[in-house]
Amino acid sequence: MSPNPRRLVPDLVILAAAVGLFFVFPYDLAFLTRILIMVVFVLSLDLVLGYAGIATLGHAAMYGTGAYAAGLFAIHVSADPLLGLAAGAVAGAAIAAVSGLIMMRAHGLTLLMLSIAVAQVLQEVANKARPVTGGADGLRGIRMEPVLGIWEFDFIGRTGYWYAFTVMALVLVMLKVVVASPFGLSARGIHESPARMRAIGTPVYARLVAIYTLAGGIAGVAGALAAQVTSLVSLEVYSFEHSAEAVIMLVLGGTGRLYGAVLGVALFMTVEHLAAAVDPFNWLFIIGALVLGVVFFVPAGLMGVPGALARLGRGR
Amino acid sequence: MGTILNILVDGVAYGMILFMISVGLSVTMGLMRVINLAHGGFAMLGGAFVHYFGAVLGLPFVAAAAVAIALVVLLSVPMERVLYRSIYRMGELQQVLATIGITFLMIASVNLWLGSSLLPIRLPDSWTGIVDLGFRSLPMHRLIVICVGLAIMAALYLLVEGTRFGIRLRAAVDNRATASALGIDTGRVFALTFGLGAGLAALGGILGAELLPIDAYYPLRYMVLFLIVVAVGGMGSIAGSFLAALALGILQQAVLYLVPDFGTIFFFCCVIALLALRPQGLSGRV
Amino acid sequence: MSGLEVNGLNKSFGGLTVCKDVTFELGPGDRKALIGPNGAGKTTLANLITGIAPPSSGTIRLDGRDLRGLREPQRVRAGIAKTFQITTLFKRLTVRENIRLGVSERKRQGLKLLRRADGDRATEAEVAELMHQFRLTRHADTTVENLAYGQQRLIEMALTLALHPRILILDEPAAGVPTSENHLIVEAIERLPKDLAVLIIEHDMQLVFKVARSIIVLVNGAILTEGTPREISRDRQVRDLYLGAGHG
Ligand SMILES: Nc1ncnc2c1ncn2[C@@H]1O[C@H](COP(=O)(O)OP(=O)(O)OP(=O)(O)O)[C@@H](O)[C@H]1O
Ligand SMILES: [Mg+2]
Repeated sequence: MSPNPRRLVPDLVILAAAVGLFFVFPYDLAFLTRILIMVVFVLSLDLVLGYAGIATLGHAAMYGTGAYAAGLFAIHVSADPLLGLAAGAVAGAAIAAVSGLIMMRAHGLTLLMLSIAVAQVLQEVANKARPVTGGADGLRGIRMEPVLGIWEFDFIGRTGYWYAFTVMALVLVMLKVVVASPFGLSARGIHESPARMRAIGTPVYARLVAIYTLAGGIAGVAGALAAQVTSLVSLEVYSFEHSAEAVIMLVLGGTGRLYGAVLGVALFMTVEHLAAAVDPFNWLFIIGALVLGVVFFVPAGLMGVPGALARLGRGR
Repeated sequence: MGTILNILVDGVAYGMILFMISVGLSVTMGLMRVINLAHGGFAMLGGAFVHYFGAVLGLPFVAAAAVAIALVVLLSVPMERVLYRSIYRMGELQQVLATIGITFLMIASVNLWLGSSLLPIRLPDSWTGIVDLGFRSLPMHRLIVICVGLAIMAALYLLVEGTRFGIRLRAAVDNRATASALGIDTGRVFALTFGLGAGLAALGGILGAELLPIDAYYPLRYMVLFLIVVAVGGMGSIAGSFLAALALGILQQAVLYLVPDFGTIFFFCCVIALLALRPQGLSGRV
Repeated sequence: MSGLEVNGLNKSFGGLTVCKDVTFELGPGDRKALIGPNGAGKTTLANLITGIAPPSSGTIRLDGRDLRGLREPQRVRAGIAKTFQITTLFKRLTVRENIRLGVSERKRQGLKLLRRADGDRATEAEVAELMHQFRLTRHADTTVENLAYGQQRLIEMALTLALHPRILILDEPAAGVPTSENHLIVEAIERLPKDLAVLIIEHDMQLVFKVARSIIVLVNGAILTEGTPREISRDRQVRDLYLGAGHG
């Protein structure tokens, strides 16, 4: 099987954009790094929501746990970045597995509420476990060793940027493999018809827990990245707004196609960055209108726009 | 003993507020099969209008409240016709997104109009006193809230069980297609129910301002609370919302009194346990 | 004994009893039809066998093994499969993906993360063969929701056969299939492996008489009679039921 070279075009565009942005905005690397981390988070959400069709507003539960795990790991165990990522992944996957056992039997509103409740409980636990997590002051004192012992984290954030980019690229490639696998196909099958999946012999509940756990691991990596690059973990990592914004970004870009996550995050965060600089108070007008506009006029997200235009062009 | 009574009184009062705000949400969600995250916005608008008419324009409380509720109803019905009608037909995720968008717009509007600070509501002086019931004294405000809550439950019961509108509403909740086949104008039932629910939410927002203070971010801050009442009560059930609201109100106050440090954790753990055991809610057909 | 044994099966929804003391057997190579008026409880009986719903009482055995406690997916893996009366497919997947999903789940490859779903030669050959058998090759890469209902009925059957069942229940396989394509269903049934046990629920008597060697008549949840097509066509009660009451 030879890979179709045209399939690599979007990846090359992303790589080119990353290189270009690095040179054009050398003083905005911290912001660009935040975008990259958010992409990892939203990619993980896409697996759950876009592919398996699990509607959740609590994805921050795994991100936050990954962030705290990586932060604590760096402080108490080892400051090696890659080991820290692994710690974040394991923690995110563990939380997802445990909460998934409860959540994946529910649907609709109940599932949404469960997902929110899990994140809120974790936030409150982190808040109360002050001696360990720093509570509302946040977890401080994270100091990372150089990546692979070679690249030191610097003040301008160059290492952080390329480190986050590399992790993002690896996650993207891994997810491309996963969604094309029999496992990914079964996730789409569950999205389309859980009843049929049971009728072809799939233990749907167990499969959903497996999907959620894998996504939890990736969300944990995103959280760990954030902890390592910013040297800080605050309670916000668990916030409802964080989960909700991830969903908005994903739908904005287009669900169930991975690149939608990249596009949605980049657009949303850029608009937020610019709008917040001009008028932070009326930012909610913009995002509210943006969300309604997408849902009403481009329900398939930005990734669906070319297809919609093509259909228009063909006069259908 | 005293603590238990305090918990009960505050819990029941709190539950009544939750009931008033959430009942419309539950009925519309059961009726239209829509996930609506924006409902708390109507409670906030009620409170914001009362604040404006009372504190800014100097209208007496009851008049201000009446005007505010009327305004909210008048606003909600066109919203239902224009926005929600298309939202009913969307998928779950799109519904979540669209109603979050509406919530953001509501917050931004109030923020632009009245700012982001607290919007205090001045209650009539007679409401702030203490009533002596012989064996015990109670804050007047709690007593009024509890009485209004009970009155609304009774009125809703009569409305649903005893009127033509109620029959249509129940038919439409049970099976929308059959109801329209029977010649029931489901569109009108939807609009009326939505308006009624929004009005009740406004009332709950106004009366409950002491417990759930009004500001621009109100719809987002309490969104989860109101939705949990619906999820626990079971969508589309008035009695279920009443039970759930009371239970959650009492639970909330109990954890506040008994385990103040771990109140939120305890509260949400109870909710998780409940929803895990009864995914369809208390009243739900399993 | 090998095959399916249903013994004293009962099911009620609240006060409504839809399955009353049903007992029958379905052995390898059997071609039995289950007929009966609308609402007789045919689909419900099938659902009890596949585990979609639990019976109120009674036993279901496969090769002598009690299936109680086995959920639907486990029963499918044990060899019981059923087509849906109301087409239930993966609407936004292509025909090929639908059938591929059936094959790959049967082969228990659903947890394979690192190889391509379309990368297994044997699976692809099987998918192609099934599509060919049901004249679906032309539509292989069309999403199912864009196909006519008749074609979706054929996919329904192809997807179920992809599971390699030993006990196959077809719930009105021809309902909604245009007459011109009806023969595909008949041919498919005739071409099924000889040792497969097949139960066909069907209202179309022509089809029933073409493929069934034995017929069970279900009325109000209870078995009225069981016999060869010949016996059934001569049975007075059955004739009354279908002709006298204005059915059929
Ligand atoms: N989940 C359920 N709850 C309550 N009643 C049910 C349920 N499922 C089926 N029924 C009832 O059981 C009876 C039998 O239904 P079933 O679908 O098994 O009939 P059928 O023989 O398959 O009919 P048809 O030929 O129309 O497909 C019907 O009266 C139906 O209304
Ligand atoms: Mg049937």
